[in-house]
Amino acid sequence: MGNYIGKSVKRREDARFLKGAGKYTDDIKLPKMTQAAFARSPYAHAKIVSIDTSGAEKAEGVVAVYTANDACGQYGVPCGWQVNFKNGETMREPVHPLLARDKIRHLGEAVAIVIAESLELARDAAELVEVEYEELPAVTDPKKAMAQGAPIVHDEWPDNAAFDWCIGNDRAEVEAALEAAHHVTELEFNNQRLAPNAIEPRSYIADYDVNGDKWTLYSSTQNPHLIRLLLCAFVLGIPEHKVRVVSYDVGGGFGSKIYHYTEEALLTWASREIGRPVKWTADRSEAFLTDAHGRDHVVKSKMGFDKEGKIVAHLTDEYCALGAYLSTFAPAIPTYLHGTLFQGVYATPLIHLNVTAPFTHTVPVDAYRGAGRPEATYLLERMLSKAAIEMNMDQAEIRFKNFIPPFDGIEQPGYQTQVALQYDSGNYEGTLKRGLEMLGYEDFRKEQQAARKNGKLLGVGISTYIEGCGIAPSAVVGALGARAGLYEVGHVRVQPTGKISVFTGTHSHGQGHETVFAQFVADKLGIDMDDVEIVHGDTEQVAFGMGTYGSRSLSVGGTAIIKSIDKILEKGAKIAAHKLEAAAEDLEYSGGKWTVKGTDKSVSFGDVALTAYVPHDYPEGLEPGLDFSSFYDPANFTFPFGTHIAVVEVSADTGKVDLKRFVACDDVGNVMNPMIVDGQIHGGVVQGIGQALLEEVVYDDGGQMISGSYMDYAMPRADDLPMIETDRTITPCPHNPLGVKGAGEAGAIGSTPAVVNAVVDALAHLGVTDIQMPLTPQRVWRAMQH
Amino acid sequence: MNVTLKVNGESFTHEIEPRMSLSQYLREVLDLTGTHIGCDTSGCGACTVTMDGDAVKSCTILAVQADGCEITTIEGMANGTQMHPIQAAFKEHHGLQCGFCTPGMVMTAADILKNNSNPTEKEIRDGLKGNFCRCTGYHNIVKSIQHAAEHIKG
Repeated sequence: MGNYIGKSVKRREDARFLKGAGKYTDDIKLPKMTQAAFARSPYAHAKIVSIDTSGAEKAEGVVAVYTANDACGQYGVPCGWQVNFKNGETMREPVHPLLARDKIRHLGEAVAIVIAESLELARDAAELVEVEYEELPAVTDPKKAMAQGAPIVHDEWPDNAAFDWCIGNDRAEVEAALEAAHHVTELEFNNQRLAPNAIEPRSYIADYDVNGDKWTLYSSTQNPHLIRLLLCAFVLGIPEHKVRVVSYDVGGGFGSKIYHYTEEALLTWASREIGRPVKWTADRSEAFLTDAHGRDHVVKSKMGFDKEGKIVAHLTDEYCALGAYLSTFAPAIPTYLHGTLFQGVYATPLIHLNVTAPFTHTVPVDAYRGAGRPEATYLLERMLSKAAIEMNMDQAEIRFKNFIPPFDGIEQPGYQTQVALQYDSGNYEGTLKRGLEMLGYEDFRKEQQAARKNGKLLGVGISTYIEGCGIAPSAVVGALGARAGLYEVGHVRVQPTGKISVFTGTHSHGQGHETVFAQFVADKLGIDMDDVEIVHGDTEQVAFGMGTYGSRSLSVGGTAIIKSIDKILEKGAKIAAHKLEAAAEDLEYSGGKWTVKGTDKSVSFGDVALTAYVPHDYPEGLEPGLDFSSFYDPANFTFPFGTHIAVVEVSADTGKVDLKRFVACDDVGNVMNPMIVDGQIHGGVVQGIGQALLEEVVYDDGGQMISGSYMDYAMPRADDLPMIETDRTITPCPHNPLGVKGAGEAGAIGSTPAVVNAVVDALAHLGVTDIQMPLTPQRVWRAMQH
Repeated sequence: MNVTLKVNGESFTHEIEPRMSLSQYLREVLDLTGTHIGCDTSGCGACTVTMDGDAVKSCTILAVQADGCEITTIEGMANGTQMHPIQAAFKEHHGLQCGFCTPGMVMTAADILKNNSNPTEKEIRDGLKGNFCRCTGYHNIVKSIQHAAEHIKG
């Protein structure tokens, strides 16, 4: 028994998924359930002249049709983070209506909801909603949105700015250091817009129970409690205790299912209007048009170096798109989750980032796997590799010269960056050394030279990243504009038989919490894993929580559970002491039992549990029961890091990039389940490769999306990829008891620049210094021609 | 229209709309919700089932086209509580995370192995290219299928 931590325990959730017995929202059927479909705008920017729903209302099977002229028109979904202008002016925060009233601000914005007896009938009737639009010019690019005369997204703010922001050292000081630098590397590019594309589309069922005056909202969300809070307190004004949000199995999130979406609120409202359950599941086109997107930064950057290749200063200006409305966490992404990582793993003494964040006639942009940190990493890692080429240095050498030296956060203090954060612990050169070893870097360079003589274009690209996870200390994020605390809740109920139910406010949508959480709970209690059940995704079972994103589940949610286990063991010791007729201080807990030190007198965990619930012979004054809930607010963020190295071959004839090898040496702190951590890395790496080579949401000048299907939006498929070679170093996080840092996003953060650096390396001798992502054959071929 | 077909060995006859897709029929009429719909346009492969032994994307087959056919869905793969070797290999090698693409992956893997009992990594990757997985990076799916092949060969 026990001894599960660090083992690749097979996942207990797999059996149901493999048998087709998962319970995703769209799989749920309720009695008398209706189906919703939306009439959505075919324009990105338009005046709504008139809406005629009479045809839809008369159509077969239609139960109800609503527009913004109905009572739901008064509601809007809120933003959860406030970033004010540099001059102190309050962030501009438009109402994000559940249905558009007078104006359309992005393609696919909903104008009417049609509820019918079946999905087919709802869709048929939605096509009968007649809307007269007056199309207006649109702007989808964040830099163009800030130009004079650009189409205006919200009439009250003609310059389109939602806020601007900066971080780091004084700009003039950074500029002066760049002036004085031995060498300055410059780069301008777009960190292109991406669609998260969880394979399960968003899905909701709202079920109003007229007799109980209560709602159940089944939602494909990453954080049921936050949805309940926003829905009740900030949108519909429903008492929170009247709503249960259930999120059973969720088919991937990657950020896109964190947010409170208009459809959730509208369905909840409509269910009471019609007195029946109502379901809506996005089709893939709707997902492309309405799921929050990621990235979309226009970047201009300068990095200065001394003659040794050490960074002396870094200055970047960015335009970061927010979309038509502010999604739940949108303002935090290009600011506090982005600029605070501009230190990277390097001892850069002077840093300044300036961000302008405009509204655009697009779907909102928010966190997508990595959220701000991939954008920071991409910039830093491209700059380092470009500088290496320009200064005739090796990509690895320039990094070794600039690394922050190793520190464990205990003997050596955390590293204070120039951009607000203090890193917890790190050994950045360690992962690069191991990564180079895994690749056989020296040999590869020889092979590359030989191949070049034969006309073969091989390249290697290095990326050494850091990211901030485990969000977040509430007081810190509160000071930075968060409108919520970011603690976590862990509730551990010992049943009278000694079996354990753990209720966590985090949510698993692929991460394997049901297995991993049970591993450390069983170990801490010295019991069998089969005796531990993990419950998540139901606000009526789990007291509270802030959900899963930002690689926070284990470091924040796991710690909350540990706190409750500590309380159980403390109380259990009192009961055990009573049973053993000893002092609690004289007991030790190990292997599932309390033993009087130095004796063979012991009592098992199960016996103590039973006694707690059948307290006939019991310590005086002690409450019965063995059931504790804890809130954990982390002391700091956690900072995983690592090295990713890509090897590519570029076709000289077509520009097609063939990814030959991908090596990842990550340090995510202590590892509970290596199999699952490796799986997280594989998946993240491939999403990052997708950005480098394939993916881009493209809007045309009128705001039409021309990449709105799987035929047009290229994502990595199995035949695009090699096996991913992984290894790790372990630098424990010093400020949580498990010593974990988080592994969910690392892959997507480190991999993108490694691939682009590899392609540029393959073509550097042709004078190529940069290629805009995604590196399609056409773009690569063009770069080779110049 | 009337449709009669065999699903996982059981015969069914239903009066359905001609426009109903096979995936909708399986999910809505037969309550076999293991077949998932990720895109409706053959792009993602989550809806893959076998029809008369061959893998098809059930979102772009009309249920009426399956009239007289034998369909196997993910629910028909296990033998009682005994998982099919492909299912067992996916569990053993962590070939799934969120589980949404998994039924389609397992059905496609069955098709790959039916036609080629000893596939190379490249052949497996080629066989999987009609199925999206956004979680695993395909690494462990490929590994699972390699191990399933070895197991089936014995």
